[in-house]
Amino acid sequence: MTPNDAKRPLQLNDQGQLRHFLSLDGLSRELLTEILDTADSFLEVGTRAVKKVPLLRGRTVCNVFFENSTRTRTTFEMAAQRLSADVITLNVSTSSTSKGETLFDTLRNLEAMAADMFVIRHADSGAAHFIAEHVCPDVAVINGGDGRHAHPTQGMLDMLTIRRHKGGFENLSVAIVGDILHSRVARSDMLALRTLGCPDIRVIGPKTLLPAGLEQYGVRVFHDLAEGLRDVDVVIMLRLQRERMQGGLLPSQGEFYRLYGLSTARLALARPDAIVMHPGPINRGVEIESAVADGTQSVILNQVTYGIAVRMAVLSMAMSGQTAQRQLNSESTSEEQI
Amino acid sequence: MRTRILGARVIDPASGLDQVADLYLADGRIAAVGQAPAAFEAEQTLDARGLIAAPGLVDLSAALREPGYSRKGSIASETRAAAAGGVTSLCCPPLTKPVLDTPAVAELILDRAREAGHTKVFPVGALTRELAGEQLAELVALRDTGCIAFGNGLASFASSRHLRRALEYAATFDLTVVFHSQDAALAEGGLAHEGPMANFLGLAGIPETAETVALARDLLLVEQTGVRAHFSQLSSARGAQMIAEAQARGLPVTADVALYQLILTDEALADFSSLYHVQPPLRSRADRDGLREAVRKGTIQAIASHHQPHEPDAKLAPFGATEPGISSVELLLPLALSLVQEGVLDLPTLLARLTSGPARALRLPVGALAAGAPADLVLFDPEAATLAGERWLSKGRNCPFIGHVLPGAVRYTLLDGRISYQA
Repeated sequence: MTPNDAKRPLQLNDQGQLRHFLSLDGLSRELLTEILDTADSFLEVGTRAVKKVPLLRGRTVCNVFFENSTRTRTTFEMAAQRLSADVITLNVSTSSTSKGETLFDTLRNLEAMAADMFVIRHADSGAAHFIAEHVCPDVAVINGGDGRHAHPTQGMLDMLTIRRHKGGFENLSVAIVGDILHSRVARSDMLALRTLGCPDIRVIGPKTLLPAGLEQYGVRVFHDLAEGLRDVDVVIMLRLQRERMQGGLLPSQGEFYRLYGLSTARLALARPDAIVMHPGPINRGVEIESAVADGTQSVILNQVTYGIAVRMAVLSMAMSGQTAQRQLNSESTSEEQI
Repeated sequence: MRTRILGARVIDPASGLDQVADLYLADGRIAAVGQAPAAFEAEQTLDARGLIAAPGLVDLSAALREPGYSRKGSIASETRAAAAGGVTSLCCPPLTKPVLDTPAVAELILDRAREAGHTKVFPVGALTRELAGEQLAELVALRDTGCIAFGNGLASFASSRHLRRALEYAATFDLTVVFHSQDAALAEGGLAHEGPMANFLGLAGIPETAETVALARDLLLVEQTGVRAHFSQLSSARGAQMIAEAQARGLPVTADVALYQLILTDEALADFSSLYHVQPPLRSRADRDGLREAVRKGTIQAIASHHQPHEPDAKLAPFGATEPGISSVELLLPLALSLVQEGVLDLPTLLARLTSGPARALRLPVGALAAGAPADLVLFDPEAATLAGERWLSKGRNCPFIGHVLPGAVRYTLLDGRISYQA
């Protein structure tokens, strides 16, 4: 008995195309593959002398960051610029306690300035959904990370990294290590890997950093790093926030590193050609040894490069889906008038 | 005013009566059920054939928002909404501004409720000053003003020692204490029931143990102090089981559940709709089923609305930034009847949990249809339907059921023999 039972998926238009990009939940394997294929085709743009294509010329993309992030913000800016969009970036303080008025009013104001697309980063889970549903239904909303919930472009850039280095997902073992509980990246990665057909997804961490209900992602849980890393093809390390020690989730960074840090010796348990990924910024000596982060198996910097291409793909696809939906709406309105 | 109500199916859980009968009301009381008293001349006759007459509903928790939060609701608006939901008596929690910890605030609430005249209002006073969990409020003075029980909402106590002292003091004067058992530290920062749904949405979880750990402590202190205790807003199946065990041990313990907890589960959060943001949170399907069973058995004697109206802005934000609560008192009867429609409860049991059960739990002089009792009753059509939200009287429209077609429709609510709501 919930009124949302028959609701159309918020992020798809009537033709099943992307019109917002809020989470990877409910997106088909075909759609995820289309994003990866499109991103692949955009990788070449970054190697040109003039790194631009005209797909979003005349469009305005607003990056609205309610939470600090240099890497994600910069790659979204570059992605929009390479698509020839006009780009505005706002870093908005979240210090207001006025029950969302800042968020609501800021977005309404930007909407009134006729922006075509918003990239939102916010500390509250569900913020991008809220904006897409209540504030900007006619403007494409891209989730640049919301609370612990989702970081879908990071998820897709991780998938592009895996596909480019491993060729596909069908025979892979992938391990995600560290703070799963607080990680939107882990949630998006688990969803994407499952949808794309990865048969062996493992998560590794102490019980304090693993959320309830992990079984829904179809993953195997390990508390022992050595056991979990055995023969994997891909290791995704997660960032550990310092405050986890104060919250009583861990005794110390030192103990975490001793138990779950990725060292050269530990990595040797994985397949010899395993790749090492990290969403960044990395904490050397906390999650990962420098020799591993800078080593031959690390693809951490490739992830950044792929991130721009993935964001170009998502921006262009969502804009196109939103435009198509507007046309469908205006056609149906004019038919009604006839 | 002398009123004759003809041909209703009269269901009075307090006396076990369930038959088609006429009702005779005089001077605000029930003069007779069945045969007219000698020389009874009705000034008003209500044709109630096809309707069910039951005691007016007794709601153990409906926030009226006054004083202090008039943007969310007023005593006049919310008691009027309550009457439309078939309610004739309601208890309002002490969560006002200023907090209901002085006789002055209690008097203000009682005066405004009398002026509005839609329902009877029984204030629940604060157990500690400003609900701070430290210094006791003047419980006896508050009782003498009209407070029928005392609670601290979800606010915690400075220590278990402070709680123990409060219970001992209340027990001295045979006062009833209303518990909202939740361990503040285990619930801290939480937004949703800790489980697969909260994890999937990335919402910080409130574990079931936030309720059960606190409940275990509270029950042990109730046993030690001998205070009369009512446990409000139970949300977990294990919690209901612990209440049953305490009752089996002979403790003077009653309990209520929010009606929406018997209908919804945490699965409703899937789209981040802030309408489902409540505290304690919507829990799992297994918890809901356990609560339903406890209501059926009578371990949980009362179903309450736990009505919390809000202004639109309070819900217009991402889930975690919104205020918890559902505005629901206006739909109390039709929503409750959906449990009968679903086969969860039979009608007399449901009405018992909405009338005599809550009245007995907090020792309120209402909730029965016997001769001499206050003529508080609801007449409803069990075959009709209510389109939720079609007429909306509460100031808060924060109700996820708006737009739903619910079974049954309240036709009349009578308070002290006078029509306080008519559809």
